[in-house]
Amino acid sequence: MAESGTTPSSEADLVSGLRARDEAAFATLVDQWGPTMQRAARGHVSTDAVAEEVVQDTWVAVLRGIDRFEGRSSLRTWVFRILANTAKTRGIRERRTIPMSSLAGSLDAGPTVGADRFRGDGDEHPGGWKRFPADWPVGVTGEHRVLGEEVGGVVSSALAELPARQRSVVTLRDLDGLDADEVCALLGLSAGNQRVLLHRGRALVRSRLEDHFGDAARWGATP
Amino acid sequence: MSELTCEQLVELVTDYLEEALTPEARRRFERHTALCPGCDVYLDQIRITIAELGRLTPERVAPDARDRLLAAFRGWAAETR
Ligand SMILES: [Zn+2]
Repeated sequence: MAESGTTPSSEADLVSGLRARDEAAFATLVDQWGPTMQRAARGHVSTDAVAEEVVQDTWVAVLRGIDRFEGRSSLRTWVFRILANTAKTRGIRERRTIPMSSLAGSLDAGPTVGADRFRGDGDEHPGGWKRFPADWPVGVTGEHRVLGEEVGGVVSSALAELPARQRSVVTLRDLDGLDADEVCALLGLSAGNQRVLLHRGRALVRSRLEDHFGDAARWGATP
Repeated sequence: MSELTCEQLVELVTDYLEEALTPEARRRFERHTALCPGCDVYLDQIRITIAELGRLTPERVAPDARDRLLAAFRGWAAETR
């Protein structure tokens, strides 16, 4: 889980560092928040390059405003609000020139587990599993249950496969550890849409893991 | 309220984990997973998936983007000091 904030005291140090034009303070913030900002920006615009420009523009705005920053919200909240506004504006401008279809596909309907996995209407148990999903070979590291190291590649390529909005939501929630409200604010989503994107994204990653392990049922397949 | 099918349950997993179900829907969900080994494993797989996503290392800021930001910072510092 990534670091998603700083303690108030170190945040105060960083604010005074920025005001003193201390490059190390700025570099700390860029390294700490940069990847999350990039992913949040990517949820609004169509390419990584444009998202990078959004992040750059955000930092420029932050520096221009830092001497007037009153600390009524945390530095992090303030920076991320500027980011959300910058990204939103850029996304709207972009959509005037780029067809919506390149950003669509995020709230598309359809089941997240194939209908062929379930029994049909004529069955005694319609909508029940034909074969149960198999247990995965989970090990335990410390207090955490984990799969083998090799699944890291499976998980990251599944993530890369997701439509941009789903990828942004899953990454911000599950890699960066932001909460639902924060992701809604950053990406301009309703609570319901945030959950739909999260649901579809996680389900795709799960199914890629299932493909990796094979779906042979441990509980006894229907002959 | 009729019981859930497995096919319906898998689409409610995120609402369940996000605590977005009504108390009655939540009870219905838990009643099903308690009795259905397939859905119990499915829910577990989703939890493992979330944990594995959390184990991915978030990437770093691209070095050239970082250099550009630090250059912008130095420019701003020189102009406004
Ligand atoms: Zn079931």
